[in-house]
Amino acid sequence: MAMIQVNPTRMELRRLKTRLKTATRGHKLLKDKSDEMIRRFMIYIRENKKLREEVEAELSVALREFMLARAVSSDAIIEEAIAMPGVKVGLETSTINVMSVNVPSFTIKEGEGKELFPYSFASVTSELDSSISTLSGLLVKMLKLAEVEKACNMLADEIEKNRRRVNALEYVMIPQLQETIKYITMKLDENERSATIRLMKVKSMIEQRKG
Amino acid sequence: MRSGIAVVGDKDSVLAFKAIGLEVFPVSNESEARDTVKQLARSYEVIFITDKLAKKIDNLLVRYKARPYPVVVPIPSAEGSNGFGIDGIREDVEKAIGVDILFSREDK
Repeated sequence: MAMIQVNPTRMELRRLKTRLKTATRGHKLLKDKSDEMIRRFMIYIRENKKLREEVEAELSVALREFMLARAVSSDAIIEEAIAMPGVKVGLETSTINVMSVNVPSFTIKEGEGKELFPYSFASVTSELDSSISTLSGLLVKMLKLAEVEKACNMLADEIEKNRRRVNALEYVMIPQLQETIKYITMKLDENERSATIRLMKVKSMIEQRKG
Repeated sequence: MRSGIAVVGDKDSVLAFKAIGLEVFPVSNESEARDTVKQLARSYEVIFITDKLAKKIDNLLVRYKARPYPVVVPIPSAEGSNGFGIDGIREDVEKAIGVDILFSREDK
């Protein structure tokens, strides 16, 4: 029997009743939180999936082009061409609060570099140009993906934790409290009845002695 | 204070990112990748890692999942994607909802 070991007293009963009230309220709130978190999670995860598919497809193409460029020119030329990148990515990061989960959020600052291609066009093939321009366009999407994917990871974690809390309250705490309260009430009633019976008995004994 | 974006992976895949101004860290094997990621996690905010390597050091990456920074993101390598990223999404869905509702619909 799931019951807390307590003394069946009025004070204990009162204490347990307050606890039950808190537990029920907490359970309701957590359940609402869980619903809302799942709703947000679904929005995020759909976006995550879409972004990831896009990024993976585009990135594969860009990297393949880069491979091609490397195959055509010699390693030394390629490495020299991109050794000093002309652009710099400025990243400003913060965290935003989604259902009391702190998820990262990025803002990209335009780098001060003006030249995307830091090499002379004469030395390398056009595959390199197109690969690099795709990549730099893709960076924004990649960062968005990073943001969304992290949010998904953290939300999933939090949803799982929250579900444990809800279940613990629903299937352990609340039934336990209810049962204990019932036990104490019954015990108290029983005591009261036995007290009444005792009084009646004493009264009848006194009357008998008088009579 | 951490800042910036790092790219970890085999040399063929990451060199391209150098051209667009990211910091690249070419690694050749699993243990090297593990050490590099551990070190980068302290100083970078976003770490892109090729999914081939990510799959190998999965148990290390799990550590970074629960906190906001660093953000570790698997990307396809030069040989194409191995599905590690998509698997990650699927895991999240299963963890949060219990069943995979996002992908099962498409399989039909």
